[in-house]
Amino acid sequence: MSTLSICNLHASIGDKPILRGLTLEIPKGQVHAIMGKNGSGKSTLAKVMAGHPDYTVTSGDVLLDGESILAMEPDQRARLGLFLAFQYPMEIPGVTIANFIRAAVQSRLPQGEELEATDYYADLYSKMDALSIPRAFTSRSVNEGFSGGEKKRCEILQMAMLQPKYAVLDETDSGLDIDALKIVSSGVNALRSPEVGMLVITHYQRLLDYIIPDKVHVMAEGKIVLSGEKDLALKLESEGYDWVTAS
Amino acid sequence: MKTDIQSQIEADRSVGDFRYDVDYAYDAGVGLSEATIDYICDVKKDPDWVRAFRKEAYRKFLAMPMPTHWATKDLENIVFENIRYYLSQGQAPKRTWEEVPEDVKRTFERLGIPEQERKFLAGVEAQFDSEAAYSNIKAAVGEQGVIFVGSAEGLKDHPEIFKKWFGKVIPTGDNKFSALNSAVFSGGSFIYVPPGVKVSHPLQAYFRINAQNFGQFERTLIIADEGAEVTYMEGCTAPKFETATLHSAVVELVALKGAKIQYITVQNWSSNVFNLVTKRGLAHEDAEIKWIDCNIGSRLTMKYPGVIMKGRRARGEVVSIALAGDGQHQDTGAKMVHAADETTSNIISKSISLGTGRSTYRGMVHIPKHLKKCKNNTECDALLINAESRTDTYPAITVRGQGHSVQHEASVSQINAEQIFYMQQRGLSEAAAMSLAVNGFVNDLVQQFPMEYSVELKRLIDLEMEGSVG
Repeated sequence: MSTLSICNLHASIGDKPILRGLTLEIPKGQVHAIMGKNGSGKSTLAKVMAGHPDYTVTSGDVLLDGESILAMEPDQRARLGLFLAFQYPMEIPGVTIANFIRAAVQSRLPQGEELEATDYYADLYSKMDALSIPRAFTSRSVNEGFSGGEKKRCEILQMAMLQPKYAVLDETDSGLDIDALKIVSSGVNALRSPEVGMLVITHYQRLLDYIIPDKVHVMAEGKIVLSGEKDLALKLESEGYDWVTAS
Repeated sequence: MKTDIQSQIEADRSVGDFRYDVDYAYDAGVGLSEATIDYICDVKKDPDWVRAFRKEAYRKFLAMPMPTHWATKDLENIVFENIRYYLSQGQAPKRTWEEVPEDVKRTFERLGIPEQERKFLAGVEAQFDSEAAYSNIKAAVGEQGVIFVGSAEGLKDHPEIFKKWFGKVIPTGDNKFSALNSAVFSGGSFIYVPPGVKVSHPLQAYFRINAQNFGQFERTLIIADEGAEVTYMEGCTAPKFETATLHSAVVELVALKGAKIQYITVQNWSSNVFNLVTKRGLAHEDAEIKWIDCNIGSRLTMKYPGVIMKGRRARGEVVSIALAGDGQHQDTGAKMVHAADETTSNIISKSISLGTGRSTYRGMVHIPKHLKKCKNNTECDALLINAESRTDTYPAITVRGQGHSVQHEASVSQINAEQIFYMQQRGLSEAAAMSLAVNGFVNDLVQQFPMEYSVELKRLIDLEMEGSVG
């Protein structure tokens, strides 16, 4: 039961089908990678799981530890333990990172329970240090004027603070130079535990040098067309995707 | 976030929306005539010059048309004959809360006024319908020569200062509602700060409408003598009634050479109050007048705080936040009249419209030809929440002559669905996400309010947003 299960998922935007019968199971404690060409539906999968209002699920299901989440609002899914690290994190002018994450942590507490400010800041600062995020960041507006690397580190910081059961990382490596990639990867690796399942969506094999997956899946035309061990990523890197879809 | 907002909701919804029955000793009845004005004069024991001033103002009020050629037609829904123009329990405000009659005192206790006074204020005046029920200034502030009394006391006890400035910044016939106020004014504050005195804590007035079909017409006059500094804050609430209520104040500020006045308003009238207020300041050489204005409640607010920069290097500033909820119209802005060289004005306005709410910005900046080196900066940003929300901007900037610097920026934005999705993905409910985004939009302005008010403001915004989604 401790899995994030995607069962024969079909989803469309408008009347255009994007996911066409995708099945995938991510047990807690494992890291799965999804690779695929642009347009294969990778990012759509992430958004559909998180409950983005633009997409309609036409059939199939997504079960988080056995419970269907498709009827839930995005925030309910999040509080249940699903985290999405965005490919393009949104800017929220005037809202500081410290206040934003605090509101998110507070939303997980039982009604009437107040987050203790000193505990919160102690936790926040230690996690920022681990991700090499300067303290001054806490008073900056969420993602406003951030570099690509800063945005992604901020996503991982949020993930560290919110301690999800399942995390989906959508193209977390995009826009990162090699130093930022190493910092972000080590941040992600630090969160690997028997209590967390992760789905890493990426276009390039490079990220998987740093975040070593337990399984690699190839996505094409809205479904998983091939699954394998981590060396599958290397083969895709050297031989491209065409042999997969051709077979 | 959701939990702490929701836990506040029940308390917050009732912050202003409650009413205790009160026995009024003085009641001018319904409708307006010369007899009404005589009644008010007799009860208040007005000097003859005030009676003459009121009657003259009444004639002007009758002669002036409603300003519906440029303003909203909703003004036509004010029925002057149905309004009660004077209601009070007595004319002498009490100096201690113990002396305030129980039925009035419990209202202010529920609004937290005595508590705020103990915590951070230098003086408080609490007006209940037509008259102040309580007025007190901390002894240390009074000993510096600072006068903080009701307008009636001001005109009787300090006529030499009062008469010199009363009606000089805003002439009676400035507009129909300033004429009406001048005819029937009652309550409001009179403040005089002697030369060089800097009042470290704010003075506060709280305006409470308790009676139905009532018109509140307070009149405030603040004079900061040379080099003096003072901050004045006002809060306003009323219960929700079936019928419309009118609040029509006149506020005049005079900052003499090198003086600074900061005037802060947090208006949270109930949604049937017509709030039609004229506010203007006169800044002499090197003086500074700053209006910080927040309009959250009312059915219709029309208010354009102004500064006439009369002396060289005078500065005027208006910082304004308006939140127009369902069915509300916040028609606000600023007037900056440059009347001397090297004067500087700054207008920063942010409005939020939600549901069928409408926010209007009207700004007038006037720099005449004979002046040199004047500066104006105007920024107005509007945020629309729902598809049926509305915003309009009417900037009127007249600059003549050379060597001035004028800058105007305006923007209209909407909260992006992707932003809300992003915040929801972190666990915030849609309403909490909206609230956070709206608070973020006004955050830089909210920080200019004293802490106690900025907390209140955030709660009021959360409250409005909670009702606007789902």
